[in-house]
Amino acid sequence: MNTMNTHTNAMSASAASQTIAPVPMPWTQILYWSIRRELWENRSIYIAPLAIAALTVFGTLISAFHLPARMRTASSLDPMNAQELIAQPYNFIALLLMGTSFIVAIFYCLDALHGERRDRGILFWKSLPVSDLMTVLSKASIPVLAIPLLTFVVTLATQWIVLLLSSAVLGASGASVAPLWRLPWLHMSWMLLYHLVALHGIYFAPIYGWLLLVSAWARRATFLWASLPLLALAVVEKIAFNTSHFGHMLGAWLGGGADAVPFPAKRGMSMDVMSHPAPVNFLLTPGLWIGLAIFAAFMVAAVRLRRSQGPI
Amino acid sequence: MTVIEACGLRKAFGTTVALDGIDLRVEEGRILGLIGPNGAGKTTALNAVLGLAPYQGELKVLGRDPWRERDMLMRDVCFIADVAVLPRWIRVSQALEYVAGVHPRFDRAKAEGFLAKTTIQRTSKVRELSKGMVAQLHLALVMAIDARLLVLDEPTLGLDILYRKQFYDSLLNDYFDRSRTIVVTTHQVEEVEHILTDLMFIDRGRIVLACSMEEVEARYMEVTVNPEQVTAARSLGPLHERQMLGRNILLFDRVDRRQLASLGDVRTPSVADLFVAVIGNNASQAQGAAR
Repeated sequence: MNTMNTHTNAMSASAASQTIAPVPMPWTQILYWSIRRELWENRSIYIAPLAIAALTVFGTLISAFHLPARMRTASSLDPMNAQELIAQPYNFIALLLMGTSFIVAIFYCLDALHGERRDRGILFWKSLPVSDLMTVLSKASIPVLAIPLLTFVVTLATQWIVLLLSSAVLGASGASVAPLWRLPWLHMSWMLLYHLVALHGIYFAPIYGWLLLVSAWARRATFLWASLPLLALAVVEKIAFNTSHFGHMLGAWLGGGADAVPFPAKRGMSMDVMSHPAPVNFLLTPGLWIGLAIFAAFMVAAVRLRRSQGPI
Repeated sequence: MTVIEACGLRKAFGTTVALDGIDLRVEEGRILGLIGPNGAGKTTALNAVLGLAPYQGELKVLGRDPWRERDMLMRDVCFIADVAVLPRWIRVSQALEYVAGVHPRFDRAKAEGFLAKTTIQRTSKVRELSKGMVAQLHLALVMAIDARLLVLDEPTLGLDILYRKQFYDSLLNDYFDRSRTIVVTTHQVEEVEHILTDLMFIDRGRIVLACSMEEVEARYMEVTVNPEQVTAARSLGPLHERQMLGRNILLFDRVDRRQLASLGDVRTPSVADLFVAVIGNNASQAQGAAR
């Protein structure tokens, strides 16, 4: 396995390199590799949305023979309702992928700081010059940033594939493809991106923070530890004081987010309202700032736990 | 230059004292063997040194506080905490890329060079490798890091004899030089004793022996005593006595070599025999004190 020659080479190489102090890696580079590491480990982050996207495309192919009839129905409606009918499958795709990604994000968070302790890999990760803060931040950035952006890209690609397939079917049947292409595509895409980043990423951050904290703390059954205490709190409050402030609080928080960043295709929303996504409205939502403060507290606690926890 | 300096290092888990105020000093360029029975506090001490667990008392590793500055410290310190801690999902190529991405002192070409001497495929996942190959991969990663302190905690546990021998051979031939320091704990004492420069026995959270290998040679002697001289030999106050093939073997600390030579064959004891003598005495003393 070794020779005298490699021995002396290694000696001289290390002697030479020790004279030069190494430049520490910039934190952006460490963050980049930490995030790549997460994507290597958790392939479900992109496999799950891609699988759902593939299913949707498959479903579109089957339903394609309804399409000419559907377009004829649309042409008999007033423009507003017609647009809604034509846009329906595309909104459904967005909704489905959003739901998938949210579930993926939840399960990612529950495992993020638990899996490395379970498989003892934490002893390897901690042997590298990456701080606990960096580790926790890179793991939090997966549900807050990476998953929403990835969902956006996959949704957009799926919508375009379905659009092209539908156009081909309509073209073959001799119907006009114009109504499809007249949908406000650019606007719909912007709205989707805004919805994903603002609501699923930023507004929901405390949910991910809580799950990450539980995954850093619990020795087993992370899902139970994440859900049961909330339920127990509500039940105890109900029994002790016969009130349900905690439940209402959570409900109000969720409702506040949904109001500030409604789903792009929410019924009853006129196109005019949708064209002004009102980020100001979003920034003025108290739930956002309270939530972010709680998220920060969860992160601090998770970093401290990551520092003292070892393999389980 | 002092690499590790501890003073009154203490750690308790509830009422169990794992480290009972140990003092420790490891100089640059040494290979220290930390030997002790199960539950003696070896891993606790190493975890403190590596910043993996909090502790009481003073501890500086390369001038840093490990608990507060683990990430900074890991630029100059490397460790293999156990066999098979490489995450099972990672590919060999990904492990190389990741370490190259985050470690300023990692030399990827060197790691590739070490791996080229093994049968490990770049595309394999760790879960597809044998235990011995995982240890080879981990060692290749660690040896390619130009660290000043390498800590090995049972790095060859459960490996077959070929891998174990190869592991320590490459460590000594391809890695160690006078500017590096290695701390190793293992139960397979006989496999490391020829590479050690210093020896430390730890038992029940206390250091019971700490000296260089030269001192061990100068201080400790083992005599296979002729049967008629056993009583005379015993009067010199042996540390430990055992019988083998009907002959008595007595181990002495700081007794004149010429005096012993008249009693039988004198030689330096193996670390394993010294361990049994020192720790065995320590255990019986503790039992005596408890009674």
